[in-house]
Amino acid sequence: MEEILRVEGLSKTFTLSKKQQQIERTTQRKKVAVDNLRFTANRGEIFGLLGPNGAGKTTTLRMLSTLIKPDSGDAILDGCSVVGDPEGVRAKIGFLTSELKLEEFFTPNYLFDFFSRLHQVPEDVVRIRKEQMFTRFGIDKFAEVKVKNLSTGMKQKLSLVISLVHNPEVIIFDEPTNGLDVLTARTVTDYLQELRDEGKTIILSTHIFSLVERLCDRVGIIIDGHLTHCGTLAEVCDGMTLEDRFFEIYKEVKGGEQ
Amino acid sequence: MKSNTLTIIKKEFARFFGDRSLVFTSVIMPGLLIYLIYSLMGDGIGRIISEGADEMVTLRVENMPPSLAATIESADSAVTIVEMPFVDEDVDLLEDKELNMVLMRFPEEFDSMVATYDPSSGALAPNVEIYHNSTNNASERVYQTLQATLTLYEDQMSNRFDVNRIDSEEQRSYDAATEEEIGAMIWSKLLPMLIVMMLFSGTMAIAPSAIAGEKERGTIATLLVTPMRRNELALGKIVSLSSMALLSGISSFIGIALSLPKMIQGGDEVNIGFNYGFNDYVALLLVIFATVLVMASVVSLLSALAKDVKNAGTLITPFMLVIMMCGLLPMLQSGVSENPAVYCIPFYNSIEVMAGVLNHEVNWTSIVVTIVANLAYTGIAVWGLTRMFNSEKIMFGK
Repeated sequence: MEEILRVEGLSKTFTLSKKQQQIERTTQRKKVAVDNLRFTANRGEIFGLLGPNGAGKTTTLRMLSTLIKPDSGDAILDGCSVVGDPEGVRAKIGFLTSELKLEEFFTPNYLFDFFSRLHQVPEDVVRIRKEQMFTRFGIDKFAEVKVKNLSTGMKQKLSLVISLVHNPEVIIFDEPTNGLDVLTARTVTDYLQELRDEGKTIILSTHIFSLVERLCDRVGIIIDGHLTHCGTLAEVCDGMTLEDRFFEIYKEVKGGEQ
Repeated sequence: MKSNTLTIIKKEFARFFGDRSLVFTSVIMPGLLIYLIYSLMGDGIGRIISEGADEMVTLRVENMPPSLAATIESADSAVTIVEMPFVDEDVDLLEDKELNMVLMRFPEEFDSMVATYDPSSGALAPNVEIYHNSTNNASERVYQTLQATLTLYEDQMSNRFDVNRIDSEEQRSYDAATEEEIGAMIWSKLLPMLIVMMLFSGTMAIAPSAIAGEKERGTIATLLVTPMRRNELALGKIVSLSSMALLSGISSFIGIALSLPKMIQGGDEVNIGFNYGFNDYVALLLVIFATVLVMASVVSLLSALAKDVKNAGTLITPFMLVIMMCGLLPMLQSGVSENPAVYCIPFYNSIEVMAGVLNHEVNWTSIVVTIVANLAYTGIAVWGLTRMFNSEKIMFGK
């Protein structure tokens, strides 16, 4: 198996504002979000980062997508370093998270062309790919409707399509089914499997056990910014269900604290 | 690199021109509003001035002195003179604003009193009473004419010498400045502030929404995960916002230019028409381009720093005050500076150059220094905005 992502000791610490300290119920000014994270992902697999809210999943994915910089460590993605060559990394990935929004003023058609241009996709490829993707997700009928007039489900499908305009080798997906209605969620997960079958690599974060069981080839369990276990689903589960195994690990790490 | 900047510029233009209400409020409305408001104000002032200009007025004169009878009769053609005494009840009638009347009372034996009056005696001089109602335009008009006539009469009586007497129309003017130059001086004091304020309001209508708005709506993050370099995004934003702000500024400028003749109608006798040549316009336009770049740069930087559009407005307010102060400077100082260092100070340099050009003192060195300095500041702003787009604290900080 060909390794496509190597995460080498990524760490990230945030300074908390007074308000954040109150929310987190702590008096500490610093919060270690991710601590010396190491894992690898192989080409053509779905790798899942599983952990509770606040474990550091989103921070990790944001570092991998170069939206934020690690305090230390690095990640090499298909030969490009997130620290040394962020533009190179961004050219190879499609990043999708609910915090990335599309300008509601424009139409799907315009946005597809606009983001394709930013990704330097040749015009003829854009035309073919747009037709394929729009048809695949049923956006073709709404291609000239402004985003603000689209249904929530359609907006989410469009966001997915836009993040993949350049047919990236690696797709980084933060909580892929969060906030999606059941139909859209199914469309998205089916598509992720399709992409894997095409040889693409998918790194996703989630706190939903069933999603990991259904989609992921390998999984990393992340608790309080530490990667506690990493391996194939069978290796991590060790004969138990993922849910039972996760809570066992959680208890080990937190020492019975809830 | 260039193609990404161009893609961003095209997108900003598509966003701007695709939104009819935005084009209307930021490009068409400023010019239209200024034109309408100034024209209405000009018409209003004109109407006030011309109102009562030819209405007949009854002038009651008590004790008309023979020496002045002819002068007063010819002072205003729309006056009916009635020589008869009046009492306080007659004066009360003037309270009626609709009554076109003026009452004038000379002391008895006015001529001999004036002839024998010795200013050095310390005694009170003979007094002429003119009762009128200043809210009635016709009454006020006749009062002003009478006062001027009597003042002239008094001057003539004690005339010992004249200052700058004009004996014929061909005579050389005592003021070395031509009417054109006086007009130019007025423009140079007024227009730089107006231009800068118009450009600023144009920038304000567009830039905060294009940067702070994108942050607020989460759309900037979508741009930041593309392979585009941050400096391409920064340059694209500043160039497109400058162009749009310029359009808005030009609209306001056209509004002012078209409505000014109406605004100043019936006003001064001085010719304050626009008397500028091709070079002046080129210089002015170049400086306006350079100014709007720096302005869009500063507003973009502050907008990037802001959490949302509302916060951007708060951050930009002190900057607006600085610009207004710079705009007022030509009114407070005489002439423009010749020190090239002055033309390195952003905004102040633009105001000084514009004032110079409008006052027919085109100094190309100052213009070149201003443009180069402003381009350098824009470069620094692109660098700063790039750093801000790179800063997760500024872009994603809560």
